[in-house]
Amino acid sequence: MDRYSDMFSRLQNDNAGAFVPFVTVGDPDLATSERIIGQLVDSGADALELGLPYSDPIADGPTIQAASIRARQSKVSTADCFALLARVREKYPNIPIGLLLYSNLVMASGVTQFYQKASDAGVDSILIADVPLREAKPFLAAATASGIKQILIAPPNASDETMALIGEHSSGYTYLLGRAGVTGAETAAEIPAAELVAKLSHYQCAPPLLGFGISKPEQVKSAIEAGAAGAISGSATVNIIAQNLGNTEAMLTALDKFVGSMKAATARG
Amino acid sequence: MNQLEAKFGDFGGMYVPELLIPALDQLEAAFIDAKDDPAFQEEFLSLLKDYAGRPTAMTLTRNLVSNPNVKLYLKREDLLHGGAHKTNQVLGQALLTKRMGKTEVIAETGAGQHGTATALACALLGLKARIYMGAKDVERQAPNVFRMRLMGAEVIPVNAGSGTLKDAVNEAMRDWSANYDKAHYLLGTAAGPHPFPHIVREFHRMIGEETRAQIMEKEGRLPDSVVACVGGGSNAIGMFADFIDEPDVRLIGVEPAGKGLHTKEHGATICTGSKGILHGSYTYIMQDQEGQIEESYSVSAGLDYPAVGPQHAYLADIGRAEYVSVTDDEALNAFKLLARKEGIIPALESAHALAHALNMADEAEDGTIIVVNLSGRGDKDIGVVTKILGEEFNG
Repeated sequence: MDRYSDMFSRLQNDNAGAFVPFVTVGDPDLATSERIIGQLVDSGADALELGLPYSDPIADGPTIQAASIRARQSKVSTADCFALLARVREKYPNIPIGLLLYSNLVMASGVTQFYQKASDAGVDSILIADVPLREAKPFLAAATASGIKQILIAPPNASDETMALIGEHSSGYTYLLGRAGVTGAETAAEIPAAELVAKLSHYQCAPPLLGFGISKPEQVKSAIEAGAAGAISGSATVNIIAQNLGNTEAMLTALDKFVGSMKAATARG
Repeated sequence: MNQLEAKFGDFGGMYVPELLIPALDQLEAAFIDAKDDPAFQEEFLSLLKDYAGRPTAMTLTRNLVSNPNVKLYLKREDLLHGGAHKTNQVLGQALLTKRMGKTEVIAETGAGQHGTATALACALLGLKARIYMGAKDVERQAPNVFRMRLMGAEVIPVNAGSGTLKDAVNEAMRDWSANYDKAHYLLGTAAGPHPFPHIVREFHRMIGEETRAQIMEKEGRLPDSVVACVGGGSNAIGMFADFIDEPDVRLIGVEPAGKGLHTKEHGATICTGSKGILHGSYTYIMQDQEGQIEESYSVSAGLDYPAVGPQHAYLADIGRAEYVSVTDDEALNAFKLLARKEGIIPALESAHALAHALNMADEAEDGTIIVVNLSGRGDKDIGVVTKILGEEFNG
């Protein structure tokens, strides 16, 4: 089963791009997190990008760091996260689920074992924030062996050599960075030059989803107009959690409204 | 692809976001290019000699060792401008920054020694420095914060995480991700992603080279052992580098055992840690079973780091270097002894190396020669030590 290509074909029929929200699993605690993730799907997310709590998230800005800290304060373990993911998968058999995480979580359980656990939990893809192509070999091998898609990052400063390698190894989708820096809604994404999108397509990279600094429906619309297959919004989604701690109902209502407006902006033409 | 070997066996590598790879490649290229450029070498050597005060002395201790037939030498990096070995490699990287056409420097600091060295080099060479420092360390190391600011650096307290060195590194890497076009990340130790472990070692290599020349002049032979403290491991790799191919010279790295290896409060990464990835490098780290990084601890802020340079991990694995640990109490005792017996106040970091060397000297056969890298001076530690030993010296 290839949930990403199913999603992209469905979206093509709908004449729309993808909206993919990101949250950290276990933020602010396991029970609330499970409701949050369910809400994102029910409100129209096309796919899920989910983080695992980590002590040293060097590619994340303050908002997503804080999500990790909340989850870890709630004593959420990686094992808990996999158990939660398996329940989400059972409830939503068709939605693509991607993990976005840091290499040491993978190394600690052994690369092969980690990918197998993810696959068993129903995960479709893994993106490791601190594994560049140059270090990707063992991770790509484990991905292939376990039927997981390894998501590769295309940064705005990527050389042609890097783009060609992404083309060679990418599957699922390509995570197109909207700008330099770390995650966060404080600095807006720059809409990728049509040139960059064209280059990705020239090298036959998997469809690009634009991330980093996406917080508004207008940005989703522009990203899709510029040729991206969709947009990922992390810090803006996590901000809604942070602003509604202690009032889960208000949080879910706000998430519903946010996802609805972002998804509405994915219509083409 | 890399032009220099990015790994030491399995250790090291470049575990960073794809976004930072071009900046690391640019640094590697600038370093290789500078290495072959006589003008760069001349400027670096002249700064080391005329500004920083190299070569540093090597002192034979007079009163520390009871056996008159065992010789304990101190390589006096404490006499270097800035008060520690750190100045060596900071000057090198600051020159590389200019060579790359960058005008800003980002650095992290724990105790403030690397931050101070960075601030002085940036003042000298006209670079703009911003230095990340854990909020807790800003408080503990107020005199160094003052020094950095006096020399024109911006000091940015980091509140995230535990507010110590590890968190300052995270923040520096985040800053670099956004600003690599105009800013160089001047990493302070022989850890982190390639090419930092390589570059930092090469810019500290003169410590071992001078030691070799000085000991040959004084003793006509190589030492039996060289001993250095290991946090990230920059002074130790600088001392070891020139002796790695001399199998008769024992290389001994001393890690901080803090309140004891049986407690959780230590920073003995190689002695007790396991393999994993932190700050861009595959090495020995302190982590729990799921790979979350644990907090380290040492009375000495410069050794308080839950990872270690990848070349040390490799030298340990192949058995070329030995790594041992020394507790806070043993280090404090050596700190007092060196002051009392030789009139030298060592950095608490260096006191760890000294403490182990003193134990070795006690058990050594006649004719043994040991060199300790006295990597820094202890003025910066007076505040910390006063709090611990105050009673003893107040009246």
